[in-house]
Amino acid sequence: MSQPPPFQRFLNEHRECVWRFLVSSVGPVEAEDCFQETFISAMRAYPRLRQGSNLRAWVLTIAHRKALDAHRARARRAVPTGEPAELERPQPDGRSCAPNGEEGLWEAVRGLPDRQRSAVALRFIGDLPHRDIAAAIGCSEEAARRSLHEGLSRLRRELAA
Amino acid sequence: MSDEIERLLRRGPGEQGAQTDARAASQRLVARMLSEDLADVTYASVDSPFGAMHAAVTHKGLVRLAFPEEDPESMLEQLARRISPRILSAPARLDPLRRELEEYFQGRRRRFEVPLDWSLIGPFARRVLRRTADIPYGGSLSYAEVAAEAGSPRGARAAGNALGSNPIPILIPCHRVLRAGGALGGYGGGLQRKRLLLELEGALTPPLAG
Repeated sequence: MSQPPPFQRFLNEHRECVWRFLVSSVGPVEAEDCFQETFISAMRAYPRLRQGSNLRAWVLTIAHRKALDAHRARARRAVPTGEPAELERPQPDGRSCAPNGEEGLWEAVRGLPDRQRSAVALRFIGDLPHRDIAAAIGCSEEAARRSLHEGLSRLRRELAA
Repeated sequence: MSDEIERLLRRGPGEQGAQTDARAASQRLVARMLSEDLADVTYASVDSPFGAMHAAVTHKGLVRLAFPEEDPESMLEQLARRISPRILSAPARLDPLRRELEEYFQGRRRRFEVPLDWSLIGPFARRVLRRTADIPYGGSLSYAEVAAEAGSPRGARAAGNALGSNPIPILIPCHRVLRAGGALGGYGGGLQRKRLLLELEGALTPPLAG
């Protein structure tokens, strides 16, 4: 590939994957802003993209950073009131009211520590190999494997409880 | 249990709605990108009696108009390569062109006013097509005349090639260039269309055309 494809095609091909990744990572409400920030950053950097870049891994890396920003901003907002970070936020469609089941799983994913949450979402929603997950998070491949394993273990514990 | 969790994770959140939600979010995103002027090229299809043509505009103006049978994807790839990959679909940006084309095909417009972007046209072709753009509605020139006036050192054949590579047909009226004896010559969009355009402009009377 000597040139990235027309941006509209890139957006059409990756929007659903990025959207799912963000919903799993920050929830449906904050996903909207993160989605826009992700693709606007991608658009700005797009003409300087290196030849042969893996576009999906690239855009998921950007989405991962935007999701992290959203989590950190939320944690900062939560500090004065002493709310735990994983406190369930009310969702407009009321789906989060279900204490367990599928929505319970996503609440649990959103409540994972940053690195575990990123590893789980990049692996299962983004379908990225460990090497790309490590590059996105900025850690070794071994550390990425470990975070993924710890995240899954924690989800199993929490959902079994 | 662990397989069940991995299966649910793999399926992702909001299975049913995700596709629709992602499409709606990307439409809002494109609207924002256009309002913040982040796209270098925008495109859409525009209707014509020949069928749906594919058009692309830059900040300078209309840069490309492709006949219906041309592959819009390869048109976009060419634009990504030659101009910029920051390309978005934006049907509303083509409204002025749509209006002018409609008026033209109804015989109510003799001159196009939408600005043109000549970026895809090389220096030699530019001389030929600039001269061509000056041929008035209803008029015509021969390949040799255009070549001579454009200072073409390689004559009518080179001018013909330049005309054949016209990226903005109809608006740069390469259909107004004919063979010296009045025969139609060639046309990138097919001779039938050249004849139809010349008849529309009254440069060719239908019974004599041929």
